[in-house]
Amino acid sequence: MNDENNKLFGAQAPKSPSDTGLVLRVDHLAVSVNTEAGLKPLVHGLSFDLRRGETLAIAGESGSGKSLTSLAIMGLLPPPAVRVTGGSILFGQQELTTLGENALRQIRGNRIAMIFQEPMTSLNPVMKIGAQLAEAICAHEAISFQDARVRALEALKSVRLSEPEKRLDQFPHELSGGMRQRVMIAMAIALKPDILIADEPTTALDVTVQREVLDLLRDLQHEMGTAVILITHDMGVVAEMADRVLVMKGGHFVEENDVVSLFSNPQQAYTRDLLGAVPTLGDGSGVTRAGKPDESTLVAELENVVVQFDVRSGILGRITHRVHAVENVSLNICKGEIFSLVGESGCGKSTIAKAMVGLVKHSGRIRINGNEISAPHGEMTNQVRRDIQMVFQDPMASLDPRMRVGELVREPLVIHGVGTMREQKEKVDYLFERVGLSRDQTERYPHEFSGGQRQRICIARALALNPKLIIADESVSALDVTVQAKVLELLKELVSEMGVSFLFISHDMAVVENISDRVGVMYLGQIVEMGSCRQIFGTPRHSYTKKLISAVPTPDPNRERQPLARLVGDVPSPVKPLNETVSHVELKNVGNGHMIAVEGTIGQSNN
Amino acid sequence: MANSVNSDPATAIIAERGVIAQFARRKLALFGLFLVFLTLGAAIFAPWLTTFDPNEQMFDGLTLQGAPMPPGGPFALGTDLLGRDLLTRILYGARTSLIIGVAANGLALFIGTVVGVTAGYFRGWVGSVLMRLTDLMMAFPALLLAICLAAIFQPSLWIVALVIAIVYWVQTARVLFAETASLAEREFIAAERTLGASHTRILLKHILPHLVPTIIVWGTLGISTTVLLEATLSFLGVGVQPPTPSWGNIIFENQTYFQAAPWLVFFPGLAIVTLALAFNLVGDALREILDPTQRGRD
Repeated sequence: MNDENNKLFGAQAPKSPSDTGLVLRVDHLAVSVNTEAGLKPLVHGLSFDLRRGETLAIAGESGSGKSLTSLAIMGLLPPPAVRVTGGSILFGQQELTTLGENALRQIRGNRIAMIFQEPMTSLNPVMKIGAQLAEAICAHEAISFQDARVRALEALKSVRLSEPEKRLDQFPHELSGGMRQRVMIAMAIALKPDILIADEPTTALDVTVQREVLDLLRDLQHEMGTAVILITHDMGVVAEMADRVLVMKGGHFVEENDVVSLFSNPQQAYTRDLLGAVPTLGDGSGVTRAGKPDESTLVAELENVVVQFDVRSGILGRITHRVHAVENVSLNICKGEIFSLVGESGCGKSTIAKAMVGLVKHSGRIRINGNEISAPHGEMTNQVRRDIQMVFQDPMASLDPRMRVGELVREPLVIHGVGTMREQKEKVDYLFERVGLSRDQTERYPHEFSGGQRQRICIARALALNPKLIIADESVSALDVTVQAKVLELLKELVSEMGVSFLFISHDMAVVENISDRVGVMYLGQIVEMGSCRQIFGTPRHSYTKKLISAVPTPDPNRERQPLARLVGDVPSPVKPLNETVSHVELKNVGNGHMIAVEGTIGQSNN
Repeated sequence: MANSVNSDPATAIIAERGVIAQFARRKLALFGLFLVFLTLGAAIFAPWLTTFDPNEQMFDGLTLQGAPMPPGGPFALGTDLLGRDLLTRILYGARTSLIIGVAANGLALFIGTVVGVTAGYFRGWVGSVLMRLTDLMMAFPALLLAICLAAIFQPSLWIVALVIAIVYWVQTARVLFAETASLAEREFIAAERTLGASHTRILLKHILPHLVPTIIVWGTLGISTTVLLEATLSFLGVGVQPPTPSWGNIIFENQTYFQAAPWLVFFPGLAIVTLALAFNLVGDALREILDPTQRGRD
C-alpha cells in the first residue's frame, strides 16, 4: 500500500521518509444513536489508517455514515443522542474517543482542522474575515491579535484570494461562494494542522469554482504535507483528488483500495454499482433512446424572453438596481424531445422555467403548444396549464407534507375536474406503478419515502394531466448517483412511451450529456451556445462551454487533466444600476442548428 | 365529495390513527383534559354541587366583627366580604370564565386567522391595509379601547366576550401573518400554483392545515389571557356586572383584603392558573399529534 502510495504521489511531490508515518488510526469505530427503541448503530466497526501527506477519500451515498465518521474524529458528534460506542481513534499516540472536551479543543482546529460543505453557514456573518481568522489563530497560539492578523493575511495569500488585504476587512456576504470556501480553507490551514478533514468541500460550488478549489487543496497539501480526509459522494472528485479510497454504505465498510485499483478493479458489487451509476462526460454521442423527436411539432416556443427583477434600496424604497436574470432568450422545444439548459448558479436557467409556468413576470413571447402565455403575468387558460407541468429540485419541499401522496398525485385531476373519483383513483394507481412505486403506498405521507421515491411521486404528479411538456428544474441534483441514474432512465422511458417533451435544467454537465437531445448553455441570463448534444459536447465552440466541460471532474484516476486557465476574478454580476443596459449576444448558426454567440460581447454593459 | 374524510388531512389523521389512542398515551395531556372536564363539570353542575346561592349574602357568613369567614367549617373555602360562600361563587364563576374563554377567544382566533392569513397570502395592498389596521389596533391601548366599547354597549356577558375578541385578535393575526407569509414562499405552494390550483384551494387545503398547530397553541394560550382580560374589565366596572361571579371579579372585589383574607384571592387565582395550565397541556399534546411530520420518527 505504501509503495503504491509513493508511486502515485512521487511523481508530483518529493517526499521525505517521515511522510509514511501514521497520523491517524481508526480501529473498529462504532457510532450509535440513542432512540426510544434503544441504541441504533449508525457506523459499524470501521477501521482505516491515515498517513502523513496522503489523501484518503471516504466515498458513499447519503446515509452511509461518512460524515458521522469525520465528526467522531473531531469529537463533534451531536450530544447526547449520538456517540461513539466502540472502537478507538488514535491520533498519533493520543486516544481521541476518551479525551475530555478541553483536551479535544486543543486538538480541534489546531492539529485536526475541518472544512464544511456550506461556506456561508460556517462563517460568522457578522464578523469580518480578518477577525474570524485571527480569532481562530489566537485560540490556539499565544500571540497577539495583531500578529494573528499578519498570519491571517499570509493564510489568505496562500489560498490565492485576490486582494487579500482588502478581504480582511470584508464580511462573508461580500464574497462569492468560491471565495468563502477559500477563506474556510485559509482558516483550516492557518495553523498548519496534521489532518485536514474536508466534508463535501465543493458540493455547494459551481463546477468551475469547484475545479479551482480542488486544485488549491491539492497544491496546499503538496506544499504542507498535511494528511487529508476527503468526504464526498462525487466519484469524479474522488478520482481527481484521492490516493486511497474507502467506500461506505449504510454505516458499513465496503471496500478500501488505492484509487487506481479501485476504479479499474472494484472488488465489491456495491462499488461496481456506484461506479457504474456515475454519469461520465463523453463527446455527446452516447445518447440512446427509442423514438426520435418529432421536429415538425413545437411544444414550446420562446422568443426574446426577458425577466428582470427590481432591487429597491434606501429609505424610500426606490428602484436603484435591476437584476437582469434572463435577457433575450429564444428557443424551441419539439415534441418528444429532451432539451437541456445548463449553466452555473445565477445564470437564469431556473428563471426561464418560472416564467414559463407563470411564477415570475416576463416580457417577450412564450407559446406552449401553440397557445400564447400572456406577458407580463403569465396568465394562461386551464388548457395551457395542463400542457405544461413542473418537477422541482427538492421533492420534499415541493410536496405538501400534510397530504397523503395518493391525494397529492390525484390533486391535479381534481383541480382540473378530470374524470370521476373512481377514474381518478385508477389513474393514480396506474401512475404510481408507471413511475416504479406500488399502489399500496398511496396512503402514506411524503416524509415516509426516500428522496428518489419522492421525486418519482413528483414525476407521477406532473404526468397526471398528460402534459405536452414537463419542466424538470434540477430534478435529479439532490439524489444519490445510483438513484439519479434510475430516475434519469425513467425520464427517458417516459419520453419514448408517452411522447412528452422535457425541459431539463441542470448544472451537471455529465447528467445533461447523458439525457439530452439538444442543449442550451446559459451564461449571465443569455444563451451562449445551443445545439444538439453531439455538437455541444463533441465540438464545443464557445469558450464558456469549453470551460464548463473541462472543469467537470472525471471519474477516471488515470486521465490526464488539462490545465485549466485560472479565472480572472469572479463571474460578473447580473445586478446593474438602472441606467445600464445589457448588451445582447448574437447567436450565429454554424451549421445544422448549432448556434454560438459572438464572443467578447457578454458581461460588459453599455452606458 | 364521497370521501370527504380522507380529503381533509386533519380529520383524516383523526379518523385513521385515532387521536384518542395517541392522546391516551400522554399522561400529562390526560391530566390536562381531566382538569378541563373538571372545570366544565363544575360549571354545568354548579347548582347540584353546592347548597348555597352564589349571590346570597348570608348572615352567618361573616364573623361578629364583620370580617369574612376563613376556610373550614360550614363554608369549605370561606366567605367573601359580603358573606357569600366562596366555593359556590367559584363554581358559578367557572361558567363565566369558560364562556369568555371559549366564545371571546374563539371569535378572536377567527378574526385573527382570517385577517392574518389573507394578509400573509395575498400581500400587496390587501395585505398592507390589513396589517396597518392590525398595527393601529396594537398601538391603541387595548384596555382603553375595551373600556370605550364596553361603555358604549350595555355590559353583559356576551358584550364582554365581543369586546375582548375585538381587542384580542391582533396577536393571532400578527403571528399567523408571519407564518402564512413564509408558507406562501415554500416550494410546494409554487408547485400548487403551477398545477393551476385556485387561491381558495391553496388557502384551505395547503395553508390552513399547516397553521392548525399554531392556532391550537394560540387558542389555548389565549384562554388564560382572555380570562384575565375579563377580570380586568370586571374590576374596572365595565366587565361582567356584579353580582354575577367570575373568577376575575372575585379576585378584584377582594384584593384589598388580600392580607387579612388571602384565601379570597388564592382560590380563584388557583382556578385561573389550573384552567390555563389544563388548556396548555391539552393544546401541546394536540399539536404533537396533529403534525404528521412529528409522527413515525425513529
